[in-house]
Amino acid sequence: MTPPENAEQTSSTSRASRVLQLQGISKSFADNEVLKDISLNVDRGQVLCLIGPSGCGKSTLLRCINWLETPDAGRVILNGQRFGVHKSGAKMRDGDLARMRSRVAMVFQHFALWPHLSVIDNIMASPLHVQHRDRQEVREEAIALLEKVGLADKAEMFPSSLSGGQKQRVGIARALAMKPELLLFDEPTSALDPMLVGEVLGVIRDLADEGATMVIVTHEMEFARQVASQVIFMSDGHIAEAGPPEEFFAAPKSDKAKQFLARFHQHLKARSAPAVER
Amino acid sequence: MSYDDFILVWQQYPKILEAFGNTLMLIVISGSVSMMLGIFLTPMLMSRRKAISLSVSVYCESMRCMPFLLFVYMIYFGLPSAGIQLSNWTTGIVALILYNAAYMAIFLRGAWQDIPKETIEAGRAYGFYGFKLFRRVIMPLMLMRAIPMVGNQWVQIVKDSAFLGIIAVTELTAAMNSIQSTNFIPFASFLSAVLLYWLISLVIELVTSLFTRYAQVRRT
Repeated sequence: MTPPENAEQTSSTSRASRVLQLQGISKSFADNEVLKDISLNVDRGQVLCLIGPSGCGKSTLLRCINWLETPDAGRVILNGQRFGVHKSGAKMRDGDLARMRSRVAMVFQHFALWPHLSVIDNIMASPLHVQHRDRQEVREEAIALLEKVGLADKAEMFPSSLSGGQKQRVGIARALAMKPELLLFDEPTSALDPMLVGEVLGVIRDLADEGATMVIVTHEMEFARQVASQVIFMSDGHIAEAGPPEEFFAAPKSDKAKQFLARFHQHLKARSAPAVER
Repeated sequence: MSYDDFILVWQQYPKILEAFGNTLMLIVISGSVSMMLGIFLTPMLMSRRKAISLSVSVYCESMRCMPFLLFVYMIYFGLPSAGIQLSNWTTGIVALILYNAAYMAIFLRGAWQDIPKETIEAGRAYGFYGFKLFRRVIMPLMLMRAIPMVGNQWVQIVKDSAFLGIIAVTELTAAMNSIQSTNFIPFASFLSAVLLYWLISLVIELVTSLFTRYAQVRRT
């Protein structure tokens, strides 16, 4: 990940490995301007953590990346290909958009598993029916992914019988089964009991160690400090501060970020941070 | 009324069973076809294109506020004047299907709207769209939510089928009416009919509860 201010400098050296570029993304809901001219880059293997107070636009930004929200202005470029608009300038139809979306996988705050499908069918659904891959191969991969997230014995269960932490690990396995170019996490642990947060963060941290390219919206500051290559602090719909986590957490420059972290540290004293399982 | 009345009625069991079979056939055909038509109409009701959603909802609402008996008359007398000749049987089945499909579509739309937004959105995020999104994500969840209402509608079809005697379809009520009027034993005849209808409804209840049990772990 490269902060927007020195994007020019690195773009020539790492263009081949640039997975995601956002250029001037803006979005309003009615009169409410949620995103104001956001630009950022993510390179292969980097982990970008989006943090900031509730309502600052982080989740909306994440949803713009895979076009679940259509930005009012700006470009989303995935490995050199622009979302929503063809090279010819023609608007993408639903089918083309869906094909682009399937190259990015999203993990949702409230899991959003498909309740009518068993765990393994949740993981296999999109590789089979969207990517049209070989069933046998997809099945073997799904089983391997379930082992990876520690749920091999739950393959035939339905989501309704899993705990929140287990559901979210299935959500992550479902995302990985797409072999995505980019992984998006929308507050993956904020709907979980504090006891269950660690098991999910542990899986995400393993992915970071394996070199997955990820954009993570999170309120877990300690986790962000550990896994992020780059932290982006958002406030009122724009990027208030961006930088490597060591710098950001040790010495935030903007007042907004200072206030935010101070409030966070107060909160930490009140309850101890969840441990990250390794 | 006496025990003998029932014996007299059931001595004509070939006639009763034939009519019972006809009623069953009416129910099975119009029940399953109206369900399929309802499933087909629901995405149209939910369509973002106003022309489509509006015209389907006009159809559904007009079925909902029309008595079934009147609708049968309109089809029976209306279609021939539009140049369409159907047998009484076909007319009856078409009426049952068109009438009940509208109800099915209306509550299926409700079931669709009851699906959490994020669940459908996950489908879109994972590359499903259009028919595939409906087929793989929306339809199964919509149907599982609608099971009790589908069951109710089948029971409604059972009762609506009794009206078809008026266009000379020999279903159960018509047959029993003819038996009671030739032998002057109305109560025994009609009570026998009621018991047979009740039997059908019990079977529908049973099937509904089997589906409900299947859906329990798959719904949320």
